[in-house]
Amino acid sequence: MEVLKQKLKRIAPKLGFMSMMMAGAVLQGCGGGDANQKSGTVDSDAAAAVYVPPGQHDEYYSFLSGGFNGQVSVYGLPSGRLLKVIPVFTQFAENGYGYNEETKPMLMTSHGFVPWDDLHHPKLSRSDGMADGKYLYVNGNNTPRVAKVDLTTFETVEIMEIPNSAGNHCSPYPTNNNEYILAGTRFSVPISTDKAGMGDASLSEYKEKFRGSISFIKTNEDDGHMELDFQILVPGFDYDLANGGKGPSGDWVFFTTYNTEKSSTLKELGASQNDRDYLAAINWKLAAKYAAEGKAHEMPANYYHNTMDHNSHIAKSTVKKSVRYLLPEECPGMMYLIPAPKSPHGIDVDPTGEYMVVNGKLAATLPVFSFSKMQQAIENKDFDGEVNGIPVFKYESVLYGEVQEPGLGPLHTEFDGRGNAYSTMFVSSEVVKWNVKDLQVLDRMPVYYSPGHLMIPGGDTREPDGKYLVVMNKITKDRYLPTGPELLHSAQLIDISGDKMRMLLDFPTLAEPHYAQAIQADKVAPNSVKFFKLDENTHPEAVKKESDVSVTRQGRTVKVNMTSIRSHFTPDNIEGVQVGDTVIFHVTNLEQDWDVPHGFAIMGANNAETLIMPGATQSLRWVPKQEGVYPFYCTDFCSALHQEMQGYVRVSPRGSNVPIKFSTGEKKPVPPAQASVN
Amino acid sequence: MRIYLRILMVIAALSLGTLFFFPMWKIYLEAPQYPEGLELHIWINKLGGSSDHVLQNFNILNHYIGMEAIHPDSFAELKYMPYIVIFFMMTGVLAGILGKRNLVLYWVILLAIAGAAGIADFYLWLHKFGTNLDPTAPIKVPGMTYIPPLLGHKALLNFNALSLPAWGSLGIFLAIVIGGLVYLLSRRKTYFT
Repeated sequence: MEVLKQKLKRIAPKLGFMSMMMAGAVLQGCGGGDANQKSGTVDSDAAAAVYVPPGQHDEYYSFLSGGFNGQVSVYGLPSGRLLKVIPVFTQFAENGYGYNEETKPMLMTSHGFVPWDDLHHPKLSRSDGMADGKYLYVNGNNTPRVAKVDLTTFETVEIMEIPNSAGNHCSPYPTNNNEYILAGTRFSVPISTDKAGMGDASLSEYKEKFRGSISFIKTNEDDGHMELDFQILVPGFDYDLANGGKGPSGDWVFFTTYNTEKSSTLKELGASQNDRDYLAAINWKLAAKYAAEGKAHEMPANYYHNTMDHNSHIAKSTVKKSVRYLLPEECPGMMYLIPAPKSPHGIDVDPTGEYMVVNGKLAATLPVFSFSKMQQAIENKDFDGEVNGIPVFKYESVLYGEVQEPGLGPLHTEFDGRGNAYSTMFVSSEVVKWNVKDLQVLDRMPVYYSPGHLMIPGGDTREPDGKYLVVMNKITKDRYLPTGPELLHSAQLIDISGDKMRMLLDFPTLAEPHYAQAIQADKVAPNSVKFFKLDENTHPEAVKKESDVSVTRQGRTVKVNMTSIRSHFTPDNIEGVQVGDTVIFHVTNLEQDWDVPHGFAIMGANNAETLIMPGATQSLRWVPKQEGVYPFYCTDFCSALHQEMQGYVRVSPRGSNVPIKFSTGEKKPVPPAQASVN
Repeated sequence: MRIYLRILMVIAALSLGTLFFFPMWKIYLEAPQYPEGLELHIWINKLGGSSDHVLQNFNILNHYIGMEAIHPDSFAELKYMPYIVIFFMMTGVLAGILGKRNLVLYWVILLAIAGAAGIADFYLWLHKFGTNLDPTAPIKVPGMTYIPPLLGHKALLNFNALSLPAWGSLGIFLAIVIGGLVYLLSRRKTYFT
């Protein structure tokens, strides 16, 4: 089988596209192959290399996108242990994110409440070209959004909707000091500059009326809020992936494009006609300068910006009504197009900032472009025409060289900081190591099966931490015990510290990880918040002492301001609620200790539970539909008397004269809850 | 009394000042669920701990066994102890300035008695909290009391309690030792001069 694969690889360039498809089929056919052959590729000491003894911590945090689950999964490396799931664009019944009153506004968009998205690319915030461990930025692909996760709490704290975009795929890409987060549109759409939202157009008018947009989001990390500074309206291609330059190319960001044919239907053919699509190079610093100097136009817009307040833990939505935009044809020197192999996927810039690797998924070679040659070509005006006023370089004038026979279906590349690059080959199902300078292939590692992205901690920065490589595979098949038709995706951990790659570990991952990021644990762990300070809780409905709890009726709404502490709720007996009332439980967790969340759930609620962290207040809405006595209880095993942490709400018929009444315990005052040093 | 002895006496008096900067006593609780430990710090004027909320967390744990909640307000000692310490510091300095041997002796004896009384008072509180348990407590172990150790460690259900004097107590110890030394040395010196 190996021989056949090698042979296929050798003749592939000659046979072209058809042979790739065949090789894919052959490889998939190998799926149920000999298990011994597979385990034979793993060293006997691999287990020791990934073993993190009980009670010890991993060396790295890794953040894997969840793809169609709209979440981020946090894994420890090298163990592959799942540490946390962070809900971002998707409602999370497990802790009430997107269900409780505080977090619902996070999922608001100009299309209303959107409880799901497809989360592709995590990127860590940067200082001086390196991940600084403060924030994680992620994109929502389906309803274009960019979100920010705070790495002190591992919570989503901000979501910005992106106007004039559809399929926010090449997003989010931070510049080297987090000046901007860039977000490019996958689908071009008719953009109407005189009214908010998308314009109306026939698909037959695609070529004339459709445009793409690249958004420049200011991060403003000091005050903590993102702000859409301006957009560049670009030709109506599809924009796939991006990556920023570094060092000499630090002012530039590169975007791969496809469908430069501007086809609007059956794109698998329509977008695959041109032999060359483009790598778009944008000078972001110059763009920012143009925008600041008044080159920007303004158009009406309608997009949401949702922020979570740090002290009240309440999310607020604001609606923005306009957006500034630049037109490349009016901004000379801001944007260029580099011809690239047909329908390129990933674009990756090496740590020195000199080499741009374009992963042409349908190409037989892997082209590497040179930033210094590009600078020279700009100087010499070495152009081959233009598109929409954007100069197009001659391929040869910016090409450094091509990796010959890299494998089939290259998608993504990362770097080890020792002059080597590692590329995933989707079709030939392998990771290929090659030297960036001499473009020679050095090693191949079969992976199972069909890798998408790969990630080396810091592998996209100026100083990669070239010890491990995580490859995220798209097809799982027989790698684990079968679980019916739907299988988890599989990631594999590879040791890249030596000359030859060494397979260490398989671990299943949630939904579909696209990209991932990893960082040394000591850049994040020391800042991790253990609990929220009750003194700093500014939630208007917070109750900080058990003696201050209340149940109040305002019309048909009953507000319950209550507390939880080991092991009781105050109040835990509530009367006077009537059928059809809207009851809002504002539960404050009075605990001030590490790892003592209390949950709150009530029978029959058309809602999730809510999980309240120590010191925080969360609010759950409930509309009882039938009379009766409804139990509520703590859902997170909090103490030896957790099972006793429960209460009752009496629901009387509509119009009944049962007065509002609430209590906890009988004659004695309740146990201590507000003791403090002061 | 030689000048250096007077200075030593003043140092002895001032060393009591450590009580204002460090706790007198620390009670450490260890349990499997508290890898980071739980420390209650007893100062002359307040109760503190390894975190801002240690008292609340002590009280939450203690309420299961029916122990009364610990509030700083319950201890009148925390209000008047600082004045006693200031009194000792002032009289100690005075004794140093006056350079009277007998004054030094009385001061040392009084201080030692006050220290012993403090420890006795501390034990009485521990005993009161450890035995005065609410009969309706959720967890009742027949015959079990929860008197934390005065010094050293003791197992209390899932907790291993360890009680030790802290830096503040060292101030009292130093005051007594240095004061006593001044008294003894000054006798020899007067004999020779």
